[in-house]
Amino acid sequence: MSTVVTRHKGRQIGWAFVAPFGVLFAVVFVLPILYAAYLSLFQDRLVGGMSFVGLANYTKLLQDPQFWNGVLRVFGFTLIQVPIMLALALLLALALDSGRLHASKFMRIAIFLPYAVPAIVSTLMWGFMLGVRYGLFRSINESLGTDLNPFQPGTTLISIGVMVTWAFTGYNMLIFYSVLRAVPQELYEAAAIDGAGQFRVAWSIKLPALRGSLGITVIFSIIGTFQIFNEPQILPSMVAGSGITTFYTPNLYAYNLAFTGSQQGYAAALALVMAAITIAIAYAVQLRGLKPAREQ
Amino acid sequence: MTTPVSSPVRPSPHGRQQSFTDPRRNGVLTFLTALFTLYCLLPLIWLLINATKSQADFVSSFGFSFGDGFALFDNIKELFAYDDGIFARWFLNTVLYVGVGAITSTFLAALGGYGLAKHSFTGKRAFLFVVLGSISVPGIALAIPQFMLFAKLGLTDTPWAVLIPSFINPFGLYLMWVFAAEAVPNGLLDAAKIDGAGEFRTFFQIAMPLLVPATVTVLLFSFVSIWNNYFLPLIMLKDPDWYPLTIGINQWNSMSSRAGNGELLQNLVITASLVTIIPLIAAFIALQRYWQSGLSLGAVKE
Repeated sequence: MSTVVTRHKGRQIGWAFVAPFGVLFAVVFVLPILYAAYLSLFQDRLVGGMSFVGLANYTKLLQDPQFWNGVLRVFGFTLIQVPIMLALALLLALALDSGRLHASKFMRIAIFLPYAVPAIVSTLMWGFMLGVRYGLFRSINESLGTDLNPFQPGTTLISIGVMVTWAFTGYNMLIFYSVLRAVPQELYEAAAIDGAGQFRVAWSIKLPALRGSLGITVIFSIIGTFQIFNEPQILPSMVAGSGITTFYTPNLYAYNLAFTGSQQGYAAALALVMAAITIAIAYAVQLRGLKPAREQ
Repeated sequence: MTTPVSSPVRPSPHGRQQSFTDPRRNGVLTFLTALFTLYCLLPLIWLLINATKSQADFVSSFGFSFGDGFALFDNIKELFAYDDGIFARWFLNTVLYVGVGAITSTFLAALGGYGLAKHSFTGKRAFLFVVLGSISVPGIALAIPQFMLFAKLGLTDTPWAVLIPSFINPFGLYLMWVFAAEAVPNGLLDAAKIDGAGEFRTFFQIAMPLLVPATVTVLLFSFVSIWNNYFLPLIMLKDPDWYPLTIGINQWNSMSSRAGNGELLQNLVITASLVTIIPLIAAFIALQRYWQSGLSLGAVKE
């Protein structure tokens, strides 16, 4: 602990700095979760209105095949999409950092740009581009006489994977890239003197340097894919027969329960259970590592 | 291509890599990276091309070729005229949500991050545990409880319903904490106090200037996440007069997709999409010096 921190032990001035954040944090995070936990103990009945049901919403949820259908879908999606995306991001970062590319600055920025595009715009672009009504696949099917459709029940999830990978690979790539730029030059010089080749340098210096950032990108990617909502919510208005159900992902299910089915208590239970599952996975992966060096 | 390979440790002014490793450009590696770059740019190229088409051209022509006429300016004119200029209203709403939200959340994060890094107080560990834990609460799982609470308080369908949740950025607080611990020397703070500066004057006059790189990064990423926010305004707002761009575009798109009686607005949807992403892309390109260095903040821990 630093000298200033020690000297101020017993003083509470630090609270004055964190209080504005803390008060709003309570309004935005703590109170809504407590209120949702309270609501999740009630059911909206046709006769009699809201009635207290204890944990019935939770036991119902755990036996709800539609909920588990969505959970398994995002779980499978995460298991496949996150490793592909992070492997691509890692390879791109190593390639861009190697100094062996032409136009590397242009490519670095271009690969990152999709991150700045809102999900609604990205879904629109990909929906039009891949769709069979206006897009590339209409042209392909017309000229080849085929009947390919990226948005049918068997392929929609792959198309969503293409969109999500498009949006977030560049962001992860840049995190890896900026970590690689921070590797002290002396390490490379020492390796060069020892006669280490490019692959040896990548394996023994670069990959170990990326370990901390890999943990963080894994956590954020898991959190992101577990709450996938925008694409499956927007796509059905663009393409017919995509196989996207009202319970396609857990968040879409919660949304439909709360806003079209008006089952608020049940939706609250679902949102809380999903938050709990995500936090459990994130902690299991690494969240404890989020601490600055000076504080440890 | 130009630097010789013979002296691997020769210092070079062009970059650290060239000074000790084989600097030859590699065609295969460039080609493979360029393929991925093409994947990233293709939808944006598609958007640019199709924003120049009239509705009739959009329906009839190939996606990656231009239409019969160049209708970009007509589309932009129509975009801002349609439905009494509601698009301009959505644009201004978005600017309001982003401006107030990003500035407030960044300031609160800087204040809190500095407090955490440079002060010790009772309950700090518990505070950190809760706030850092909240980073892993999925935004959408949180938005539904937020909606329920705000509905109870009568805040839904007002700008506050979108603004208040955007004021809190736990990951921003984390970045500021990490950055303040490294970038603000304790000696400087001690000196300011010896000179009689109060706690808050020390923060504003000594610490804030040192926190600028992290501030720009947090500001820019808040800017993007609020500008692109979809789920929160979707559930919080019913009145189109308060829509941000993302919800407005979605409304036009689902209007034109409704078979039969829906009006076909695809040229406007596409032009609106282009107008929506231009400010973000411009901000990222203009500020790249800041966010590229800022990104490594959260990732380098050792």
